[in-house]
Amino acid sequence: MNQNEAHFNYILRLADTNLVLGHRLSEWSGHGPYLEEDIAMTNIALDMIGQANSLLQHAAKLEGKGRTEDDLAYMRNEREFYNTLLSEQKNIDFAFTIVRQFLSDAFDFHLYKKLESSKDETLAALAVKGGKEVTYHLRHTAAWMERLGDGTEESHARLQKAWNELWAYTADLFAMNTSDRELVKAGIAVDNETIKSAWLKTVEEVMKKAHLTMPANTWQHSGSREGKHTEHLGFLLAEMQYLHRTYPQAQW
Amino acid sequence: MTQEAHTYTNQEIFRLLATIPDPEIPVITIEDLGVLRSVTREGDMVHVCITPTYSGCPAMKMIEQDIVSLLKEKGIEKVKVDMVYAPAWTTDWISDEAKEKLRRYGIAPPEKATADKSAITGKPKHLACPRCGSKNVEMISQFGSTACKALYKCLDCKEPFDYFKCI
Ligand SMILES: [Zn+2]
Repeated sequence: MNQNEAHFNYILRLADTNLVLGHRLSEWSGHGPYLEEDIAMTNIALDMIGQANSLLQHAAKLEGKGRTEDDLAYMRNEREFYNTLLSEQKNIDFAFTIVRQFLSDAFDFHLYKKLESSKDETLAALAVKGGKEVTYHLRHTAAWMERLGDGTEESHARLQKAWNELWAYTADLFAMNTSDRELVKAGIAVDNETIKSAWLKTVEEVMKKAHLTMPANTWQHSGSREGKHTEHLGFLLAEMQYLHRTYPQAQW
Repeated sequence: MTQEAHTYTNQEIFRLLATIPDPEIPVITIEDLGVLRSVTREGDMVHVCITPTYSGCPAMKMIEQDIVSLLKEKGIEKVKVDMVYAPAWTTDWISDEAKEKLRRYGIAPPEKATADKSAITGKPKHLACPRCGSKNVEMISQFGSTACKALYKCLDCKEPFDYFKCI
């Protein structure tokens, strides 16, 4: 991979995580536990899909092969997606959705802060914008973590169950490609190792408020950087891409 | 038709566009909001720069269409609307006058962005009910009817209201 390809891949990865997680959240639209929360999840989904849209536009420009953001979102297959494994996990229940979102928001919050000083000016601008939005998302999900964890026996049990299962996808958040090294050196990409301690601090602070314990099993999934996914992504893409592939000229 | 574009200066075009109301909050204009950034010319092509409030704000498409159709009405056909991301939009760009318009419309205006930045615990410090002015208010939801608003209620007059979140 030359530096431009690596750069394209890096932006694509950030976009894909936003797109896939935004789509997952949008599945709650009209099914939220109550109206305000339904609106909240839909709003967060909208922010993420909006961020994905801008990032995909940027990626398409970097690639320079005439593909558009729609081509990238709708015409790539599962193995060509680089979103985090965490982002594609199913909603299961509200506790799962909140844990997945919280872990991801905390990561994005610290990542965007670093990306604000990226040498890629477009990426830096999108990180400033995204960072402002993620601050609200994180505040929302952190508050829910506390409410569920410190709530009833049932809510706590569900939260802990979700935590135990989803924790196994957290190492993948930080995974890097060998081609990233050059990008980090060039000041374009962030070395994910450098945000690990800040992320962990946020996570532990919230775990404490939510009375959560770390799962005994520390085994971790991996593979998203090579386009290897859990079985859930294919189903998600089938639904997300169906309309565009069936009616390629369809416009809003 | 392109001939006529030259009869308008960039500043005149900016003034024309500055009257376009925000599609979701029609009491303020896209200039009040700080979404309309600049008008420039490249040959006979008019470039209008706008910046999104929120990444996924669905009003942006609508604003783009409003700009193109208003200028078309004025005989200016060659228009390109460019989306700019830097510097990122902030509620600090909303003028005091526009904030007052928001308040009269029933939306509590945003505070200075620096006031509620802390990630996990932040909340607006000087928020008052736009109806009765009471500071005895409570958040119902961080997310409201549009991307830019949160939902609150006043514990004195008992009315729910929107708060224009500061970012
Ligand atoms: Zn009141």
